[in-house]
Amino acid sequence: MAAPMSLLVEFGGGAELLFDGVKKHQVTLPCQPEPWDIRNLLKWIKQNLLKERPELFIQGDTVRPGILVLINDADWELMGELDYKLQDQDNVVFISTLHGG
Amino acid sequence: MCQAQEEYGGCDQPRRRPRVSCAQKCMKCKEASPVLVIRVGDAFCKACFREYFVHKFRAMLGKNRAIYPGEKVLLALSGGPASSSMLRQVQEGLSRETAKKLRFMPGIIYVDEGAVCGQSLAEREKTLLQLETVLQASGFPYHLAHLEEVFDLPSSILQRVPHHPAGPKDNYKEAVEGFIRQQRQEEGGGPSVPERQIQEKLAKVSVRDAPGMEGLAAPEARLLAAVRTEQLIRLFGSVKTLTAKEELLQTLRNHLILHTARAHGYSKVMMGDSCTRLAVKLLTNLSLGRGASLAMDTGFSDDRHGDVVVVRPMREYSAKEIAFYNHLFGVPTVFTPALDTKALEKASIHRVIERFLYGLQAEFPSTVSTVYRTGEKLSVTPGDAGPAAEPERCLLCLCTLDTNVEDGSALQAILVSERLSQQKLPAAAPAGRGCCLGAEEQRGCCMNTTAPGADARADFLPLLCYGCRLTIKDTTCLESLPLYVRSEAERRKRRAAMKLEIQEFLLEDEAVTPGES
Repeated sequence: MAAPMSLLVEFGGGAELLFDGVKKHQVTLPCQPEPWDIRNLLKWIKQNLLKERPELFIQGDTVRPGILVLINDADWELMGELDYKLQDQDNVVFISTLHGG
Repeated sequence: MCQAQEEYGGCDQPRRRPRVSCAQKCMKCKEASPVLVIRVGDAFCKACFREYFVHKFRAMLGKNRAIYPGEKVLLALSGGPASSSMLRQVQEGLSRETAKKLRFMPGIIYVDEGAVCGQSLAEREKTLLQLETVLQASGFPYHLAHLEEVFDLPSSILQRVPHHPAGPKDNYKEAVEGFIRQQRQEEGGGPSVPERQIQEKLAKVSVRDAPGMEGLAAPEARLLAAVRTEQLIRLFGSVKTLTAKEELLQTLRNHLILHTARAHGYSKVMMGDSCTRLAVKLLTNLSLGRGASLAMDTGFSDDRHGDVVVVRPMREYSAKEIAFYNHLFGVPTVFTPALDTKALEKASIHRVIERFLYGLQAEFPSTVSTVYRTGEKLSVTPGDAGPAAEPERCLLCLCTLDTNVEDGSALQAILVSERLSQQKLPAAAPAGRGCCLGAEEQRGCCMNTTAPGADARADFLPLLCYGCRLTIKDTTCLESLPLYVRSEAERRKRRAAMKLEIQEFLLEDEAVTPGES
């Protein structure tokens, strides 16, 4: 059982266009039986934050190739990628490196 | 044993991404904990990454010896990550202590393409305002240009200006030493002007290249701007595919940057193409039939215009490195929507290739660098005609024409089949006259193959390289092309006609007096 936690989710490099142009989102994740990891967070973002064209952000259960993920200012490849267990007050940044965002 | 296997990768999946963990230390200083992974499994900490990044830029410029001290260099800034980070590198380089200092004089150009990318006037103003903040903060002189200005370009833009640099490559060292000596002398005797002051002076002369484009009092100017915007939108509206639009935009943008460089005496233009972007560009251009000019389009330096050389100093950085650098070191970027923003994944060839490469890269992290390294091996060879004869160049991209090839080439085959399929129409027409009905009325009867539009097109196409031909074929309304393109096309046509007329005499003349010029 994971307690509700508060995160700062940011989008950049044009990815913010899919989120009404808002770059910073202070979000609170609800309680859920299994602990929150990036995989769950992506699902949650798709359902709650994403405003249009989900295929331009998410592919399968991960982000679209070309979108970088930073967890607390570090490469997510160092943090276990999708399996990283989120902590309260974590900062997750998504930066699109694709042309035109 | 396990370790060894991990390091060299299993046999089954030799180049799959190896797992790296946070417990690992920075591969350079071996102390700090890493913040990002570049290349395959190389983890860097923040400080080492910064050093690596800054060094790479200087190494790129040093290795190629393309930029001479004191030279005026125009930085093409789009507001995007790569060019913004390039600006930061130049700033870093210029502020260093003397021994390691970069010694050229930078200026910046920003081209506002909002009209083509579907931005409203208010949005464009907002973007410009954001960009001006960045430009002013840089302290360099800057030029704001609007894509609309292409309608006022002179046709000399489409002519190559032969240029012989002060000296060949071996003189680079001398040039640098000479420059330093000169600087020392200036500092020793006479009133020395601190660099700061020069920079400030430079910043003051910043010109806004578009008087009247932006809410200046004169109503005529505003009207003209609106007309130009209208023209531009009509031109891009007449282009059928997103692929051709991208190509046309790139061509026009390059012309505008070149014009600004020439008008203000810049002899180099720096473009911020990253390694990732160049890999995409390489494959895209191959698919677009621009194979012959790949070396020019993607190489470090590109001298197709003669007097103004385009250099690409960011070409060793991957998009990921750049994005991380900008994020970690607070480099300001301004996002502007491009033509393909929010477009479908298969909307243009550029888009398809980008997706293909990024998709592969996600699984095989050396994809982009492999493509890029392959492209790096390409080089421009002087044409068969030898250096004496100036080869014919494409009207739009100024690359050497790749269309005067011998019989039996793929291009010839395409042209023949094109001609055959066009001939078929009048032959088939007498049998059934139904072909003249329907939507064809505007263009006249299909038997009448010499419609005015088609005629102009037939005259226009031979002036272009194969890649640009494809772009122009997708442009339905040639009349909406900027005047400088049309008048230069007209001029070349006339010259060719004249050459044909006097050819007989020329040959005789040459035979009699070969030495005379």
